[in-house]
This record gives sequence, C-alpha cells and structure tokens, in this order.
Amino acid sequence: MPVVSNVVCPVCGCCCDDLEVIVENNKIIDARNACALSAAKFSNYSAHRNTKPFVRKNGKLVEASLNEAIKKSAEILSKASYPLLYGWSCTSCEAIRAGLELAEEVGGVIDNTSTICHGPSTLAIQDVGLPAATLGQIRHRADLIIYWGSNPWSSHPRHIERYTALSEGRFQKGIWRRLLSRLSADSGRKKRSIVARLVFKRGSLALPEKEQKAQYAFPSEGRKFIVFDVRKTRSADMADYFVQIEPGKDYEVLQALRALIRDEELDVEEVAGIPAETLEEIADLMINCRFGILFFGLGLTMSRGKIRNVEAAIKLTRDLNMRTKFLIMPMRGHFNVTGADTVFTWQTGYPYAVDFSHGYPRYNPGETSAVDILRRGDSDAALIVASDPVSNFPNEVTHNLVKKPLIVIDPHMSLTALMADVFIPSAFVGIEAEGTTYRMDHVPLPLKKLVEPPGGCLPDEEILRRIAQETRKLKR
Amino acid sequence: MELSLLTGRSIDQGCGKEHGKLSEEYRKNVAICQMNPEDMKKLQIREGENVKVTTKFGSVVVKAQKSRSIRSPRVIFIPYGPWASLISPPDTGGTGMPILKGMPATVEVTTEKVLDPLDLLVHSYGKEKSSVRD
Repeated sequence: MPVVSNVVCPVCGCCCDDLEVIVENNKIIDARNACALSAAKFSNYSAHRNTKPFVRKNGKLVEASLNEAIKKSAEILSKASYPLLYGWSCTSCEAIRAGLELAEEVGGVIDNTSTICHGPSTLAIQDVGLPAATLGQIRHRADLIIYWGSNPWSSHPRHIERYTALSEGRFQKGIWRRLLSRLSADSGRKKRSIVARLVFKRGSLALPEKEQKAQYAFPSEGRKFIVFDVRKTRSADMADYFVQIEPGKDYEVLQALRALIRDEELDVEEVAGIPAETLEEIADLMINCRFGILFFGLGLTMSRGKIRNVEAAIKLTRDLNMRTKFLIMPMRGHFNVTGADTVFTWQTGYPYAVDFSHGYPRYNPGETSAVDILRRGDSDAALIVASDPVSNFPNEVTHNLVKKPLIVIDPHMSLTALMADVFIPSAFVGIEAEGTTYRMDHVPLPLKKLVEPPGGCLPDEEILRRIAQETRKLKR
Repeated sequence: MELSLLTGRSIDQGCGKEHGKLSEEYRKNVAICQMNPEDMKKLQIREGENVKVTTKFGSVVVKAQKSRSIRSPRVIFIPYGPWASLISPPDTGGTGMPILKGMPATVEVTTEKVLDPLDLLVHSYGKEKSSVRD
C-alpha cells in the first residue's frame, strides 16, 4: 500500500511532522503516529462535508454554481463599507496572504482567531518581549519543564512526548521510567485503600494525606516536570508535581514566585491556596535548573487579569534569566495560528485585528478586534474563512454577525456555514491542498497534498484570489 | 450556590469536532457540565441528569458529569462550543478577549432537554434566518 511519509499534521500547534499516511485509491486508509485528534481528523474529514456551493435565496440556502457564489461574495464585499474578514488559523499562509490582499482591496477589518485565544499574550509580548527557542532546543536541553494553565494532554496530545518531559533528547532523557513506576505505585496505593475500605467499612477512596504527599517527592536528578492549573487534568497526573491554584489567582502566584526568586521573603502563609513553603521549593528548583521552559495556555489569557497574567509570567522568566537560562512559550492552538500572526505581521506590521478602512493598516485590539466590532454592530458584512465563530463567540455578539450578509469559505459544514448567505466549500489544507504552516515555535513547515479534493472544491487561496479579482472588476 | 464557570478544550471535544459539529459524537462530548462530586451532592444533582447552567448572559441545558479533575469547590467546566457560547460574556474590557474562564454561574436540575446544534440556531436567531437548505 502506498505510504506517504513525513506528513505534517494539520490539527494543533504541535504540527507533528512524522506522520505516515496510507493512501489507496484517493482515500486515506490510516494515519500512523497520529494522536487521537489527528486520527479523528484523518478518518472523518470527508464524512460530514459539503462539496457544493450554496447561496441563500428567499431565506433558504440553495445550491449554486461556484461562479455564482464567487460573484455574489464579491458583490457583498464591494457593497460593504466595513466588512469583517475573520478566521485564518486553519488554512495555509498562502491563503492568508491572499486574504490580506482582499481585506486591503475592500477596506475591511481582518482578524484571526488569536483574538479570542492568545491575543492577550501577543499584547503582553509587545510590552515585555519573549525569551524563546525552538522546540528542538527544548527537547534536547530542558531540565525543568513547566506547563501553566495548559492541558497538553487534551489540546496538544503529543507535545509532552515529542518535545518535553517524555522526549529522549541528546542531553536530557525522558521521564518514562519514573512515570511508569509512580503510576504503578499509585495504583497499588489505591487498591490498598479500596481493600481497607471494604474490610473495615471506613475511610474513603481518597488516599491518606501522608501518602498523597509521598508521591510528590522531587527526583534528585534528571528532568523535572511541574504543572500549575486550577484543575487536576490528565497532564497534571503525569507531572512530578501538580500545583493547584485557586481559580483567577495566577497573577498572585506568579508575582510571589518573582519575589522569592529575588530573595525576598513572603509575609503570608499561603498564596492562592499554595503554601509559601511549596512556592519556596519551586523557586529553588527554578533557580537551580540549567535550562527551564514555561509553556502557558489559555488558563492565563482567558481568566481575570488576561494580559497582566502573561506579562507577569514573562517577567518571571526575565528575572530567572538573571540566575540561569529560562524560556517561555505560548501553547498555540490551531495548526497555523502562529502562521496567521506571522503573515499578518510581515504584510501589515500587526499580528491580528488589522483595520484597512482608512486605506492603511491600523491596529487597536479592543476596538478593531472581531468580538468588539461585532458587539458594537459596526461591520455590515463578514467573510469567514476556516473558522466557526457562531459556535465559539459569545452568543450575544454572533447576533450581529448573522444579521448582516455572511460569506463562509470552509471545508466543514459548521454552524457558521449553516447561517451563511454564501457558502463556498474548500479543500482541506494539509490533506487535499498543500501550503505552508508555522509550528508554535515559529518554524515553517510544508503541508502536503495527500489526496485529490472532490470536484468543485478549490483551495482557500484560489477561492480568495477569484473573489478579489471579481471585486476589482465590480469596483472599476 | 454561586459557582465559577470555566470553559476550555477537552480531548473528547477535539475528537468530536472532527466527526462534524452536527454529529451525535460532538453533542455527547460538548453539551456537558463537569462538576466536583461534592458540589453535585450539595446541589442534589446526579450523574447524567440534565442541568440548567445560568450566567448573567443567559442559560443553557447540558448534561451533568462527575469530574475527578475538578478538586476545588464551586468550580464547573463546560468545553468550548455552541452550548458554552450561549452563556459567555461578550465584554472584552478593551482587550479583544472576553473572560471565558471564571464566570459566575448557577446550576440547577431541570426537566428541559439538551438542544441539538440546529435547535440552538433556531433558539438563538429565529426560524427565518436559520432555516437550513431543503
């Protein structure tokens, strides 16, 4: 069976590039090395899709030709005075470039999904910078790995295995053995406690407090793996140490750690539910590591404090760099959200929320960002590419999205597509169309075309170029 | 009892979305509210029961699910998706980003049913606009 090797995965920001996909008669039979998310995409991508363009007539979506759908889209965009062009993180850099050209042409606002993801991180990075490295450096060298407000087990399933704690680096080895022996000890403890409960009809399923503490003894050498979160996620179960923070109090903990690292003393007994002693122990670990990395997720950007939380985390790494080497990286979600930010920046100077209505790019998140524009009801049309804001934006703002003419370019039949006035099906980038994607550490990788798209489904880039062409014709 | 609502990704939500947003797989994994077992006892909610989660911005009916990962009291978790969005705050405080983790919410048992995504569209935007193709 023909095997396509070194396939880059088009799902999350890890962009794993070691997939082997088995293709037979223009069909994907299997994807080896794929995580649960990737396997779900490769085996189901073609099951729930629409391959025909639709245009809404008399309130109903009716099948139309591709030309009709493209003309209708161009008509809507050229008539609009402040259209919103949103999505972009699940398509190729080439399509994003075409989208930016279209946004400039129609004088609209173009925004990508960073806006409700790591937008606050970008704002913090613009304030205080970001000490970063590639994931390869981290895999080979990092001896202290921290995930803060991030659950890679669910959102980036192979991140721990490929790049951090479980990876076999050149200078640092994975913690597989330690993890397995701890898990078997834990399961032994649980069994003993169940037996004790059955025999003596007292006690509870929970481990005695003393034993719970025992599992958190830091290893004396090798990699150390810590998770800070408000929930004890599966990622936290794998860590050497799980630090449970009271919801909404990440900022306090970050600042307390900063104080400890600068040799100041805490005059409180606990911070956000964490004993000062524990924080002192962690501060010591941070100072004494040789190469530390802090990955942070939406736990910091979406909770109270937003930008300030991320800023505190970056300042913590900055302080640590006075004592040792320490890096920080946002856990970017979609496979090309980093690419969207990158292409936006090289084309306009700004990473997201770019407003072309004045004829030149303008950037002011909070004003020119998608959620705010929709909340104020400023936009008079929208083009959504490879995204589903009707599912994921707060319901109150989507009312203003669906009230106005709505164009959707997407391979999926999403809820946004169902509300569209024009729906144009596209080819799946990384499966049916090639392109470039940026991994979360800003490494560009080529996405492969594995199978032919069904008839009538063009790549996003071509659809956008044709809409731009039609728009230009109408404007003349 | 006032609870703090967190939204976020879960592996089942991630896989469910690849089965299609209209699939049963997606609804089963996303129209849920994970709770601390202690809170469930206090609120007299049983596993799998329909519950109505209410915030300042609306309410939504989802299925209650026990979660061992939520150890803090008064914290609940709903995965990202159209059900969580129905009750999310639209205000971004001038940052572009609404607070999607840590919203005040209440939970109560209900006999109302969990809406599927198409019913949600009709519920939110009225019959006229959300009338899907024939």
